[in-house]
Amino acid sequence: MVYSLPEEVLEHVFSFITSDKDRNVVSVVCKSWYEIERKCRRKVFIGNCYSVSPGIMIRRFPEVRSVELKGKPHFADFNLVPEGWGGYACSWIDKMSRAYPWLEEIRLKWMVVTDESLELISTSFKNYKVLVLASCEGFSTDGLSAIAANCRNLRELDLQESEVMDSSGHWLSHFPDTFTSLESLNISCLGSEVSFSALERLVARSPNLKTLRLNRAVPLGKLSTLLQQAPQLVELGTGAYLSGVRSDVYSALSKAFLGCKELKGLSGFWDVDPSYLPAFYSVCSRLTTLNLSYATIRSPDITKVISLCPNLQRLLVLDHIEDSGLNALALSCKNLQELRVFPSYLYVADANVTLTEQGLVSVSQGCSKLQSVLYFCHQMSNSALITIAKNRPNLTCFRLCIIEPRTPDYLTHEPLDIGFGAIVKHCKNLNRLSLSGLLTDRVFEYIGTHAKKLDMLSIAFAGDSDLGLHHVLSGCEILKKLEIRDCPFGDTALLANVAKLATMRSLWMSSCAVSIGACKILSRKMPMLNVEVTDENGTLDPKLDSCLVEKLYVYRTVAGPRSDMPGYIWTMDRDSANKI
Amino acid sequence: MTPLLDVEGDGPGNVSLMTSASTMESVFQSNPGLTERNYLGLSDCSSVDSSAGILEVKRSNLNLKATELRLGLPGSQSPGRDPDVDLASSVCLDEKPLFPLLPSQNIVVSGSKRGFSDTVDEGNWMFGSVASKSLVQGKFITDASANGKISSGTQPTMIRDATSKVVPQEQTHATYGASLNKVNTSNPPAAKAQVVGWPPVRSFRKNILATNSKNNDEVDGKPGPSALFVKVSMDGAPYLRKVDLRSYTTYQQLSSALEKMFSCFTIGQCGSQGASGRENLSESKLRDLLHGSEYVLTYEDKDGDWMLVGDVPWDLFIDSCKRLKIMKGSDAIGLAPRAMEKSKNRN
Repeated sequence: MVYSLPEEVLEHVFSFITSDKDRNVVSVVCKSWYEIERKCRRKVFIGNCYSVSPGIMIRRFPEVRSVELKGKPHFADFNLVPEGWGGYACSWIDKMSRAYPWLEEIRLKWMVVTDESLELISTSFKNYKVLVLASCEGFSTDGLSAIAANCRNLRELDLQESEVMDSSGHWLSHFPDTFTSLESLNISCLGSEVSFSALERLVARSPNLKTLRLNRAVPLGKLSTLLQQAPQLVELGTGAYLSGVRSDVYSALSKAFLGCKELKGLSGFWDVDPSYLPAFYSVCSRLTTLNLSYATIRSPDITKVISLCPNLQRLLVLDHIEDSGLNALALSCKNLQELRVFPSYLYVADANVTLTEQGLVSVSQGCSKLQSVLYFCHQMSNSALITIAKNRPNLTCFRLCIIEPRTPDYLTHEPLDIGFGAIVKHCKNLNRLSLSGLLTDRVFEYIGTHAKKLDMLSIAFAGDSDLGLHHVLSGCEILKKLEIRDCPFGDTALLANVAKLATMRSLWMSSCAVSIGACKILSRKMPMLNVEVTDENGTLDPKLDSCLVEKLYVYRTVAGPRSDMPGYIWTMDRDSANKI
Repeated sequence: MTPLLDVEGDGPGNVSLMTSASTMESVFQSNPGLTERNYLGLSDCSSVDSSAGILEVKRSNLNLKATELRLGLPGSQSPGRDPDVDLASSVCLDEKPLFPLLPSQNIVVSGSKRGFSDTVDEGNWMFGSVASKSLVQGKFITDASANGKISSGTQPTMIRDATSKVVPQEQTHATYGASLNKVNTSNPPAAKAQVVGWPPVRSFRKNILATNSKNNDEVDGKPGPSALFVKVSMDGAPYLRKVDLRSYTTYQQLSSALEKMFSCFTIGQCGSQGASGRENLSESKLRDLLHGSEYVLTYEDKDGDWMLVGDVPWDLFIDSCKRLKIMKGSDAIGLAPRAMEKSKNRN
């Protein structure tokens, strides 16, 4: 007997299922579930905006309230994706403005957004609430003025690390006096000053404001004023953290911080004057997140701060913390889950900074809940990596960047294969891995064999032959994102694993050994992939199949080849061997 | 299944490497006829062809030499692949460095780093260890026999013993790595060739660090501050580039770097000439163009004015330059007098 629940009941049940992955699984159970699910899906996440067209999304999901899109490949963060590459949000926002009058949230990452699009957002959606533009570009404060002026119910405006043009502070004044719904504001990326009085008034009339991230230009002297208006803040990003020697500024700041009983996260701290640090000591015991990665403060100061934060879960810091600071971290912060250590000088080790592999080993030993690591350093050894792996099998994200490419184990001068091998062997839930140092094909053998939960892998200056790439593509069963630069990987591995590429979100290969001929073959064999070849230098001859491509970006799509590429990028034509 | 990695004992990796390495070496020497590198033939290649590692490639009449694993850059002088050639002699292939872009321009790669070609022979052994999973192993042997490339009698030995790399290769890597480190510490940062996008730090963060180090007092012994990226546009060019102003110390350096970057726009798309020949052609032609005042380099300063590059001392220029633009000479006529005035006013 076939028993099926009425549609309304199923819909109600589905409303409790919010994760995208679960929703996707629900939708393939049967046809009727697919239909019910698609009509009631509220949130859509599209990891590659070119994998699907806005039209397809709109047709399938008519009742969406929240859309998240990512555009450029991750390597765009490091200047590897040339200007003009694409990632335009324009057509998405256009179509959504007509199809989703009740859209509330748009989150974009690595996309190009224009002022016209921002204006359209501000006027098209009756109940617009959340705008997050992370690492985006193409817009100016004019677009922000439109958002401020028209979005009466805006809750969140977050401009994380976007490039905003012609910054002038007056856009903030466009928020009407009746506007009181703001909960989160992140303007930390803005270069120039914002009108402080407008900011102060805005903060004063936003009783629900929980997150406020200021830009560098907001002087320390004004911070206490803002904090007094918003003692309910949970996340605060300071501006520049210096003010000359001003005891009145210091005491006002100290008093203001005392009043912030809910504060859990601190960031900002550009240009820190260490004598002002004690002003926020009163909140340290409650802090769960601390981002000092722009603060060039040194050992005694930084160690003191850390020792006051026993509840710290997330720490971002410069290598000025040194091994000594990391030892202190390991002793004080037993709840630490995520550690990111950034380099203060990018090319050569600073003689005054002693940050080595030992710091990371200490933290791996002392912080039993550590799951996520991003660590820039100048030396590493296999034994340290093995120790870290054994200490912390619960690692889920391990990104190690030894700054000089191809650096071997500094003790044995061997490749770091067995060290990383230990990481993937012991950390069975590792879903993100970035490699560095001297590595042979061997490390990829280990990765292919052990890293079964790996979702994203970043490789640079590593490997000896196609075998390395083949190990990864054939062994990492759920790999979704693979980005490779300057490795001797080429045609053979790629062509031997074409089917794998259709199970992944994307593959990026730059300065490798892939020929245009192989790209043509790949494109012919796999019509559901866009095989995009970049030739910025103009040296690629599409008729000479042995020519190596500078950059290759392959991704699955149901939207066909894109048409918004600059002239130096070609999509391999499926039907013939000619470029489009 | 043989564990590929044993991390339990003290220095286990080294010990087991030495043991199996010597076993492998003897196998290596006793099988000079093993030349086939169709180790990936077990997946997508549908037809078996005796002379091609990449079968579809051959069908589309590609240059096999360029696409087979053993070679360096297309056009490099590697001998033809003859299956019956003694394995030992085939090791002496050209070791052209495969990657023109290296982290340090002071290292000569071809001598110390193993060329791509050399590793292919190792690759055969390596893959054998993966193929030790029984299912794959069977298929591997079958395909190989069908090819008639590898004498099947040698297969089991190869697969079973191939659990680690031959030690000499790692020593070569070690030498390379060690010499790399040595050279780096003796070079000042400015002299290093900076690899694009490395280390992988967001531009946003790089620029912040650059201005951070300007504000803080420099202690003696510290190396120079980090990158300062500005956008460079060119009239008529379809897209912008970004340059790190701190990676240059003179206007001449900046100028030649920009010449290289934008040469393709001035000259147009390439023909089928070799890459190096074309580069020389366009560089010199662009240099002529630039010096013949067809194009001039201008910059936007902190006040938003466009100035000619070259009028102020380099350090002052870096401090005030927000972005660069390569303009047609005719468009830049009005700039020169203002630049002079401005610097006069400043001084």
